[in-house]
Amino acid sequence: MESNHIVTSFDQELGQAETLFLEMGGLVESQIAEAAEALVRRDVEQAEKVRTRDSEVDALETRIDELAVRLLALRQPVADDLRMIVSTLKVSANLERIGDYAKNVAKRTTVLANSNPVGSSSDTIRRMSKLVREMLTNVLDAYVARDVSAADEIRRRDEEVDQIHNALFREILTYMMEDPKAITPCMHLLFIAKNIERIGDHVTGIAEQVHYLVNGKMPDDDRPKGDVTSFISHELGAESDRA
Amino acid sequence: MEMQAQRLNLVELPELAPARSKITSSNVNVFYGDKQALKDVTLDIPEKQVTALIGPSGCGKSTFLRCLNRMNDVIDICRITGAIELDGQNIYAPDVDVVTLRAHVGMVFQKPNPFPKSIFENVAYGPKIHGLTSSKTELEDVVESSLKRASLWDEVADRLQEPGTGLSGGQQQRLCIARAIAVQPDVILMDEPCSALDPIATARIEELLDELRENYTIVIVTHSMQQAARVSQKTAFFHLGELVESGDTSGVFTTPQDERTSNYVTGRIG
Repeated sequence: MESNHIVTSFDQELGQAETLFLEMGGLVESQIAEAAEALVRRDVEQAEKVRTRDSEVDALETRIDELAVRLLALRQPVADDLRMIVSTLKVSANLERIGDYAKNVAKRTTVLANSNPVGSSSDTIRRMSKLVREMLTNVLDAYVARDVSAADEIRRRDEEVDQIHNALFREILTYMMEDPKAITPCMHLLFIAKNIERIGDHVTGIAEQVHYLVNGKMPDDDRPKGDVTSFISHELGAESDRA
Repeated sequence: MEMQAQRLNLVELPELAPARSKITSSNVNVFYGDKQALKDVTLDIPEKQVTALIGPSGCGKSTFLRCLNRMNDVIDICRITGAIELDGQNIYAPDVDVVTLRAHVGMVFQKPNPFPKSIFENVAYGPKIHGLTSSKTELEDVVESSLKRASLWDEVADRLQEPGTGLSGGQQQRLCIARAIAVQPDVILMDEPCSALDPIATARIEELLDELRENYTIVIVTHSMQQAARVSQKTAFFHLGELVESGDTSGVFTTPQDERTSNYVTGRIG
């Protein structure tokens, strides 16, 4: 961040906002990683830790909001300062939602740990969560570096997440058809997969904010939407008429 | 259902109609002796809008403002090149009567400067010397309507014969605006009109500017960037005698195109 305002205390407050923001980003990244790990290892204790730590994410969001409102009221920021504060507000909301999804994954993990493992889907979920976590790390780096092309690259990678989600959706449907007793854990896995897919969407939301931060406007092009699970019918693998 | 209807009743942001240029300046250079104060300034002033000129001290914004009604003529060492047209007429053409020009392009200064006369006389003076009225009642009408347009009438209607200098700073400034309006100008130039006023008096002038732009083209020099952002539709940023950037005020304050503009409006350079 540029730090050369005539009023140094303004720089300090902007710096404080960025520090809080990075702290929140880092915390959310580790929440995703730990939630996925807890799921794969069927580790209830770790899942519980993820659930409780979500309040730390929420607290950071509140602090960022308060600081942003204070900066808006007292400094009347304009131009890139204004855009930085507005996008910080939006991105912190994205991060808070991502934190919620990680918490949801952890919640369902505590249930799943007590039922029989279903196929290899938890590995696929681990792969998917690793991908969104990397995307989150990269988008936060792009945000700090004000790097629009890196942000665009991340927006494109969300399609990969959607594809894994589609495949997983079909895979889990098969398990449910094979064994009705697997329906309960499979439903939990489906929701977990959806949560991680939604994290990917929030990451692309942050990538769009990088555009706003740098250029003052959102990207014009429509990002490719790869999630087709809403169109998958009960006949396995068949996609219903999408019109 | 009712709630939905209420929610649909959105506030629409006023959209700026593409305005005609009232004043066009092309390649204006101003020299004070050897020193060049303005470099090649080309700027259109849109009609019936408020244009704010901003920039650090000594950037040339006041110099430019003073070119618009030839106030720089009174400075001997001042030399101007380039062209400034008001409604397509070159205001520096040899046959232009400067007194008439200044009636068309009025000016309000930083410090309120009422004449040491009554409130009535302050406003009546211009119409009298320009011979704009033919009877006492007509003059009284002009004084009343000018004071009303300047939002001062209600405060002074019962004491028009009291000295203008007895009013508060904010009232004096509005009296000066009434005095400028009385000679039926098209354009009003304002050189930091609020810098000597408290926030309430400032707010009243800003509210007044918003009303006045229905009938007048206004150009305001201000050191307060927030004021420029609040009152103007177009902003022009000057730096070291150059016009760095001009455009819609909202654009200049959210996405300035030039780094110098960005540095100035965000408080990175003085």
